[in-house]
Amino acid sequence: MTSTYAHAPGFVAGDRPKIVTSRFEFADSYTIERYLATNGYAGLRAALSQPAASVHDEVKNATVLGRGGAGFPAGTKWGLTPQEVWPRYLVVNGDESEPGTYKDRLLMERDPHQLIEGCLIACYAAGLSRCFLYIRGEMALAQERVATALNEAYAAGFIGKNILGTKFSVDIVLHWGAGAYVVGEETALIESLEGNRGMPRLKPPFFPAANGLYGQPTIVNNVETLANLPWLLCNGSEAFTAIGTKTSPGTRMVAVSGHVKRPGVFEIINGVTTFRDLLYGEEFCGGIRNDNKLKAFVPGGGSAPWFTPDQLDLPFEASQVGPAGSMLGSGAIMVMDETTDIPAAALTLTRFYAHESCGKCTPCREGGTWLERILTRVVEGTGTDADLDQLIEVGSSICPGDFPHASNADLGLAAVPFPYKMTTICFVGPSAYAPIHSALTLFRSEFEARVTTRKRIPVTAGHAL
Amino acid sequence: MSRLTDANVAIAYEIIGRYPRPKSALIPILHLAQEQDGYVAQDSMKHIAELVGVTSAEVFGTASFYEMFKFEPVGKYLLNICGTLSCALMGSEELMHHAEKRLGIKAGSTTPDGLITLEHAECQAACTEAPCLQVNYRYRFKMTPAELDTLIDDLAGGKLADEIPSHGVLAMVRQHIPAERGVGAVAPEEVNESPEWLNGKSAL
Repeated sequence: MTSTYAHAPGFVAGDRPKIVTSRFEFADSYTIERYLATNGYAGLRAALSQPAASVHDEVKNATVLGRGGAGFPAGTKWGLTPQEVWPRYLVVNGDESEPGTYKDRLLMERDPHQLIEGCLIACYAAGLSRCFLYIRGEMALAQERVATALNEAYAAGFIGKNILGTKFSVDIVLHWGAGAYVVGEETALIESLEGNRGMPRLKPPFFPAANGLYGQPTIVNNVETLANLPWLLCNGSEAFTAIGTKTSPGTRMVAVSGHVKRPGVFEIINGVTTFRDLLYGEEFCGGIRNDNKLKAFVPGGGSAPWFTPDQLDLPFEASQVGPAGSMLGSGAIMVMDETTDIPAAALTLTRFYAHESCGKCTPCREGGTWLERILTRVVEGTGTDADLDQLIEVGSSICPGDFPHASNADLGLAAVPFPYKMTTICFVGPSAYAPIHSALTLFRSEFEARVTTRKRIPVTAGHAL
Repeated sequence: MSRLTDANVAIAYEIIGRYPRPKSALIPILHLAQEQDGYVAQDSMKHIAELVGVTSAEVFGTASFYEMFKFEPVGKYLLNICGTLSCALMGSEELMHHAEKRLGIKAGSTTPDGLITLEHAECQAACTEAPCLQVNYRYRFKMTPAELDTLIDDLAGGKLADEIPSHGVLAMVRQHIPAERGVGAVAPEEVNESPEWLNGKSAL
């Protein structure tokens, strides 16, 4: 049986290499005393002992893929800033709110100094002179732990003027949001940080690396991405790439929730671990609850097209999951067993995205709401056959063309690779359609039954309570 | 109802001083106002506009985008029950029905004694611990209807006053940058040179 820690709810340690969760076993992992006693700030010292450019090279060589959703390599991202434009900023995206995702909050609550050290390394390597650490508004404990850690680190001389007596000087400013999912999108995050309504900006011209916060070059990195850097600097890029695969080196934090025996958050080896390992492996979730049959699972957060048991043997590797019709996103797997009412399950996700639309793009603002209304009608048993076609029609105006979906031998479906075309600036609009498209493509008969039965039934029968 | 107190104005100025542009401090100071009054009052938005140097309409324009800001008084405790997929799969719908029945109110309203405001929330990033809820943004995991009853009893009996502050108070620790350690915020147009440490040499 793998160990779980009462002080880190949901986290399962297991017997695997640990890059970002190595201190989770200590109940006081968030204190500077524990951090310093466990090799803390050694990565910063290693970084400052070399020229900034060679730290940047080290991160490039390690191919640290962004852990926020898009999976863009951090080292490459840092290199996209225009030459000789100063100042440049670092914005840390701690606005974790993608349905199913539970990792950044743990990293901020359990090991805030690791994140701070990662921020310092990034600022040093990429010449970023001010760092803004944006934490989701609803995460009071994470805000408290990071605030305490920042105060400790300032007092100890790790942040601020002349860090460790060198010419490296940077401030880290703690900032928190006030409840808006869309702010997790990097340009919306920047708008929010400027004190505005958190609406995404059009790219181009507003690629943050060129034109971000206050119009300056800005690097936006996810919490987990930065948390990898202290270990990377201590152990080197070769040790980092020795874990995982060539295209997806290192580890990843993955949360598996829903109808499994033991839901949990795991640090897994990137690119190798399969969905079957995660759902059925004894060191992970140990199978579907009550030994029920698996019906479907969402492989990468609420925005991702769904998979069925046919895709269980795919590894956690972006280059294979994309062509199979979905995405790894933010490392969030949600599992639905045979008792799940598929239309109602899809509705909880569509409602989320419709609710979180910022209102800037018409297809999302209007379309998302329409999708929610029509699907609510269907779920409540007052829908008609025409509603099912209408769902596809509205969705197609948000995402014209073939929408990604997984292959399914029984239905004679061939996979349509991810990503999709879209008529909106950001991914909130398409995300409202993703669950509907997957559910309707894979389980159309459940919707058809619903438009004739006209009866309300709960989301799931016989849940674990 | 009120403008910010002198003590809070001092905190507001400290926050403003951390940003290259004052308007960036809007959301943190709105949280400060909500902490003071339990909600964001009209007068405090006017006051914030003066402090930050924008119009009060701009303050409200920003504030009204974000769900956590309340413009009318809410209960002492804001009870947010998550209803997104992972929680829904594990019975959050039943939990919400139970809460509505127990409190005698519908989601979106406040108990007559002003103790609890019940809200339907979206994903709270605790999906493996479903169904989950937050009271004033403090978590409760794997909730059952019986545990919800106990929670409500404890809130009413004042047993959780130490752990859960009243609505508006978010983090109970503030960042403080000591003057002698801070680099300080500079408007971007005043900087046009690369940072000192980018000189091709190692810093240490």
